[in-house]
Amino acid sequence: MKDTNAAILDVVNLKTVFSTRDGEVHAVNNVSFSLKPGELLGIVGESGSGKSVTMMSLLKLLPMPPAEIRSGVIEFDGQDIRQISDEELRRIRGGEIGFIFQDPMTSLNPVFTVGFQLVEPLRVHMGLSRKAAKKRAAELLELVGIPDAPARLKDFPHQFSGGMRQRVMIAIALACDPKVLIADEPTTALDVTIQAQILELIKELRQKLGMAIVWITHDLGVIAEIADRVAVMYAGQIVEHAEVKELFANPQHPYTRALLETLPKMNEARGTRLASIDGQPPNLDHTPVSCEFSPRCPYAFERCRKENPQRREISSAHDVACFWDFTSGGPFDA
Amino acid sequence: MLNYTLRRLMFTIPTLLLISFIIFIILDMAPNDPTGNLPLTIPPEVREKIRASLGLDSPMYIRYLLWCQQFFINEPLNLFNQWFGWCVGDCEGRLRVTSWATRSPVVDLIAERMPQTLWVVGMSYVVGILIAVPIGVISAYKQYSWFDQIGTLISMIGFSVPTFFTGVLLIVIFSVWMPNDSVFWLPSIYDTTLKVVDWSSFVQQMRQMAMPVMVLALFNAAQISRYMRASMLDNLSQDYVRTARAKGLKEKSVLLVHVLRNSMIPVVTVIALGIPQVFGGAIITEQIFKVNGLGQLLIIGIQGADIPLVQTLTFLFAVLIVLFNLVADILYGFLDPRIRYE
Repeated sequence: MKDTNAAILDVVNLKTVFSTRDGEVHAVNNVSFSLKPGELLGIVGESGSGKSVTMMSLLKLLPMPPAEIRSGVIEFDGQDIRQISDEELRRIRGGEIGFIFQDPMTSLNPVFTVGFQLVEPLRVHMGLSRKAAKKRAAELLELVGIPDAPARLKDFPHQFSGGMRQRVMIAIALACDPKVLIADEPTTALDVTIQAQILELIKELRQKLGMAIVWITHDLGVIAEIADRVAVMYAGQIVEHAEVKELFANPQHPYTRALLETLPKMNEARGTRLASIDGQPPNLDHTPVSCEFSPRCPYAFERCRKENPQRREISSAHDVACFWDFTSGGPFDA
Repeated sequence: MLNYTLRRLMFTIPTLLLISFIIFIILDMAPNDPTGNLPLTIPPEVREKIRASLGLDSPMYIRYLLWCQQFFINEPLNLFNQWFGWCVGDCEGRLRVTSWATRSPVVDLIAERMPQTLWVVGMSYVVGILIAVPIGVISAYKQYSWFDQIGTLISMIGFSVPTFFTGVLLIVIFSVWMPNDSVFWLPSIYDTTLKVVDWSSFVQQMRQMAMPVMVLALFNAAQISRYMRASMLDNLSQDYVRTARAKGLKEKSVLLVHVLRNSMIPVVTVIALGIPQVFGGAIITEQIFKVNGLGQLLIIGIQGADIPLVQTLTFLFAVLIVLFNLVADILYGFLDPRIRYE
């Protein structure tokens, strides 16, 4: 599934395992995806499907141990991140790849001013003087829509609201003009109006700055609004991957279909119960030997319980990891 | 902040009055007799007169009020007179709180012994902190490593083995087993008369301080390093640490700027709350090494039923405890921007 078409970020067969007291947890299993410059890739999946762990693995932001990247190639801008030195990795972190985290309430250091925290990456990566960094920090705050930016640099995180704090996080992530921005559920902890504002902001910034974005979320609505391409994750694997329009119009994985069905519809009769996917997400204590979704899948048959389906291409830029073929209405034959 | 501090200072007045009253009552109820140590040949009538001369025949509340007047008005004025030469009122004839046993003013006794205590106990506190903070930081960062395990073991030992044991152990090793001409030989008796005037007397001072400081520093470091470790561990798993790493900061700045600054908040409070104990002296350690500090003074006072001395010392400790509680609260406000005292 390697896409060499000038991808800025190319991940092949990434595998991350956590060692716990009760054995290993296979959080990410052979995940492959690529990201082209300026593109927005959405990653959807339920809690525990390995979305965040995948992204944290890219920059080794997971606590190691217990986490361990067991195999795979993470190619960023032509170099394999797994092979480079710590120093080079630090140059990429915050410099070339910016990170926004889920909870803005806890992601900023409470005892330092917002200015201090914003100036830090500027001084480290861009080598700016104190004064120049401060000036740039004020510009960044202005860029993310914080009014009265120069004065607010002196404020502490607790003096900002949740939405404003997430704007600060975005400013920090964007501080050094990264080529890639990884946004790990950046709007999940925010209420809906603030969420809409942040989405608008990201769209606008993307046009202005032109970086590639990986947007992790469990909210299909958000994906439909901003993503170019979508990867659906289940149990640490990418089960379907397509252009956003194609995915919503023509979902090929039973899990994607089920997910889409769970969305409440505007024109639905009132009082109908919300659809849900029966069963529980699987235990991740082993490498998958069968289709992990098969116990919950209405289409599952013999083969699904014996073999883990690999991603197969359906059309260009649309692939799915499933043995069932919806076009023919029967098992897919390789 | 200033407003808050002033208000808190106001609150300390009734607190301290109450404490002084309680100290006074308790000591009054104690079955002590200042004439108890006098020869048995002194007849009871004479003993009665001695007690009367000490003011013990008047009712308790009168004695308490007189003591308050003496302690809160006369003694501070005496101190000013001594320190700055300011004379307010009758400087010559003003009463002093005097020790029953030695007949010298209690304040002078305390002033005499304060330097030894501050040197030895204070130094051990400083050394303890200097040892504890790095140990706590490294132990937490390398949790469950051999460094952490050994650090934990030493902390447990320092915490649980009493100072009278470690003190005697050190004496046995460094004063008894060690040959007298060895550089590692250390004196087991603290010589208060030693004056530091040149290099060799300074070295001698350091040598005689070494053992009591080691004993107390081990105890202090054991305590503080555990706080430091726990606080670091709390903070290391916080989200902002991940943010700092994601910004591409060096591990050193992540740890020593972001995590340490947060972790120091509770530790500084603990350190501030421990300072009154420095002034209180280390009763047992001072006894072992014959350091004639405040702790030893208190013991002598208790043994000799020297109520004015015990009263004054106990109350002084109470003042320090109340004061450093306030200091800890104010420090908290400085260190943690989220806390605002309005």
